[in-house]
Amino acid sequence: MVYLARLRDAFGRAGETLAVPAPARAADVLATLRARGGAFAAELAPGRAVRVAVNHAMARDDAELHDGDEVALLPPVTGG
Amino acid sequence: MAVRVQAEDFDAGVEMARLRAADPGVGAVAAFVGVVRDLNDDASVSSLTLEHYPGMTEKALEAIVAEARERFDIRDALVVHRIGTLAPTDQIVLVIVTSAHRGDAFDACRFLMDYLKTRAPFWKKEQTPAGARWVEARASDDDAAARW
Repeated sequence: MVYLARLRDAFGRAGETLAVPAPARAADVLATLRARGGAFAAELAPGRAVRVAVNHAMARDDAELHDGDEVALLPPVTGG
Repeated sequence: MAVRVQAEDFDAGVEMARLRAADPGVGAVAAFVGVVRDLNDDASVSSLTLEHYPGMTEKALEAIVAEARERFDIRDALVVHRIGTLAPTDQIVLVIVTSAHRGDAFDACRFLMDYLKTRAPFWKKEQTPAGARWVEARASDDDAAARW
């Protein structure tokens, strides 16, 4: 997992290794994190604008995950 | 077509000259430079820190440039985005597009900025008198990108 910008601050870490039962989709990872409560539940609550990237490409919640994938959670971007 | 993510400043004039130098088919050059302002959402900003997602940023920018190339009749394009800590009046982002005629250069330049604002993984954290805060995304940026 990679947590970026505001999410890294909120979670108190830049990333971690997460084990989820196979077969897993991006939505399963979000659910696993949400179940921790606290900042994870608040930041990843349904309706919050958090996007998922898998291996450096934007992905949908139903994207299938594989062992070793880099899954990143991105708050709305504010560059430019 | 090139994209660069860098901490260093850029010289728009030098980049513009370089982009069109070897191409006598260029009849138009359009450029946009984004600059750090000292005021955002009614708070004074003393500095801005830009972070990105290494590994994904370049890919995202390249995808945006590729899309511009499909949509517009352009000769070449350059996107340079800075990262790190910047102060008001510092340059943040540069987009240059060359084309045979001005219409495509203007349109592609605006398209690139509108898409960059909503699709490239950059985030701004600003220092204000009340402390540091992450800049909130704007709905107007989504609207601007949706026009295309």
